[in-house]
Amino acid sequence: MSASHTTAARLAEELAAGNVTAVEVTQRHLDRIAAVDGQVHAFLHVDAEGALEQAAASDARRADGRSLSPLDGVPIAVKDVMATKGLPTTCGSRILEGWVPPYDATVVARLREAGLPILGKTNMDEFAMGSSTEHSAYGPTRNPWDLGRIPGGSGGGSAAAVAAYEAPLAIGTDTGGSIRQPGAVTGTVGVKPTYGGVSRYGLVSLANSLDQAGPVTRTVLDAALLHEVIGGHDPRDSTSIDAPLPDLVGAARRGAEGDLTGVRIGVVKELGGEGYQAGVLARFQESVDLMVAAGAELVEVSCPSFVHALATYYLILPAEASSNLARFDAMRYGLRKYPEGVEAPSAEEVMRATREAGFGDEVKRRIILGTYALSSGYYDAYYGQAQKVRTLISQDFAEAFTHADVLLSPTAPTTAFELGEKLDDPLAMYLNDLATIPANLSGVPGISVPSGLADEDGLPAGVQILAPAMRDDRVYVVGAALEAALTEKWGGPLLDQARGLEGVSA
Amino acid sequence: MATTPSITRDEVAHLANLARIDLTDAELDHLAPQLSVILESVASISGVADENTPPTSHALPLTNVFREDVVTPGLTADEALSGAPEHEGQRFKVPRILGDEQ
Repeated sequence: MSASHTTAARLAEELAAGNVTAVEVTQRHLDRIAAVDGQVHAFLHVDAEGALEQAAASDARRADGRSLSPLDGVPIAVKDVMATKGLPTTCGSRILEGWVPPYDATVVARLREAGLPILGKTNMDEFAMGSSTEHSAYGPTRNPWDLGRIPGGSGGGSAAAVAAYEAPLAIGTDTGGSIRQPGAVTGTVGVKPTYGGVSRYGLVSLANSLDQAGPVTRTVLDAALLHEVIGGHDPRDSTSIDAPLPDLVGAARRGAEGDLTGVRIGVVKELGGEGYQAGVLARFQESVDLMVAAGAELVEVSCPSFVHALATYYLILPAEASSNLARFDAMRYGLRKYPEGVEAPSAEEVMRATREAGFGDEVKRRIILGTYALSSGYYDAYYGQAQKVRTLISQDFAEAFTHADVLLSPTAPTTAFELGEKLDDPLAMYLNDLATIPANLSGVPGISVPSGLADEDGLPAGVQILAPAMRDDRVYVVGAALEAALTEKWGGPLLDQARGLEGVSA
Repeated sequence: MATTPSITRDEVAHLANLARIDLTDAELDHLAPQLSVILESVASISGVADENTPPTSHALPLTNVFREDVVTPGLTADEALSGAPEHEGQRFKVPRILGDEQ
């Protein structure tokens, strides 16, 4: 096994023991990127020089006994929706092509303060609108399990980078499932923290009442380690929770011991059955059985309003997105395009021409839908109604959590589909987020853990574990217990079975 | 609300105008039917919640945030202008914002 094929937790131990240097670890990942990213296309920008400099600084600190955190020296990839000072930040859009932010997002600042070298920026659906990463203006990312298939989205770049061993850790953002669904279809782990648990400062807003950054990793413990680095209160985000994080690493370690005695696990009746692939459901049932065998108490819960979650989301999200993306006005940053054949065009005409040229199809669709939902005469019927249904969904969660400590469902209804299959069918694309959206509407935390390979296509599926707001520790306890049971059953990590990059060196 | 929601091509053109996006004829032809399909689908939530259901704007309750009125470092003028398509001195340079008659 090559040194890049290990976990971040193990790398941290090796660094602490002096068995390897941060420069060596970083160089190995840069070599891996050089070898496979031509095919995977997980990265939009690789900062080899900067990453190696940061790694050298980490080694120097360690030699002085001044390491900044347990992950000091462990390299990471960052989704291109996070502002990174001195590194291009495009959000997968032409309208921000070449933009270099003059400041760091709080998440990025915390990575730097903890000593993690930043390998580069990962590909994504334009402004995080999509479930396949095909809506990137810079071309799709490919799934390391099968290069003809999508890696999920919007954070397909971060998930694929981790699945292809190009990075041990990555940052994602999850507005309707963009961390968890890519995790499920690439056989990796993704966590959407409680809304407000990780700062949104410097995260380019899609739908600000739903957006949440979180860890993209290969193991549950790695996610907990990263979550503790990036999480916690930030005075620069008015929606940031002003309370300490629960002990997440401790929760993951406790969970890994495999005992779920006394934990009530609730299977959500509405998130399964029709529309879900048979192999996904089979792996889900198997995971539930393993949790019961580990001592968990199984209850079935009903969340009747969840059937309206998708419609609610596709009113609230476009409404917020149409407002948030109004900032791309061709005046202060980003693309400026002058309309053809217009002498001395006005600022408004320049804005129109710029947004026509700079935004892709899906972004235009959602901005127009949001403009419609917010327009007078339709506001009450659409946006106002959606905000009320959002209340009903939160009430369903509150009721369900009186019966169960965590809620379970398949993360995504299917395994990875083929590139191009749903690209021009927005509704079919939206259905991929069926099971992940309710958590965003209600702000509760969730994790996706690999559940195995679907029998019909041999592709990975995921189990989603949801917990009450601010109880992120529960997703780590239960996620780690399930991961331990499944890893034992498989005889090793699921990713060991990935064959999409076989024959590629390094 | 409308009984059978749909968006006509003209309405899409109007909305695009409100959203400050030029759309080509081909885009209008393509987008209008797609938006109608999406709208039909999301219209299913009409009538789900009654008038007694309070709306939720944020997942967790928000309280206003205050801080001490002290100066903290911000971007320099050069940094703020670093991404501007055009600038002049310490100012963003923009196309004209008024019509000819003004």
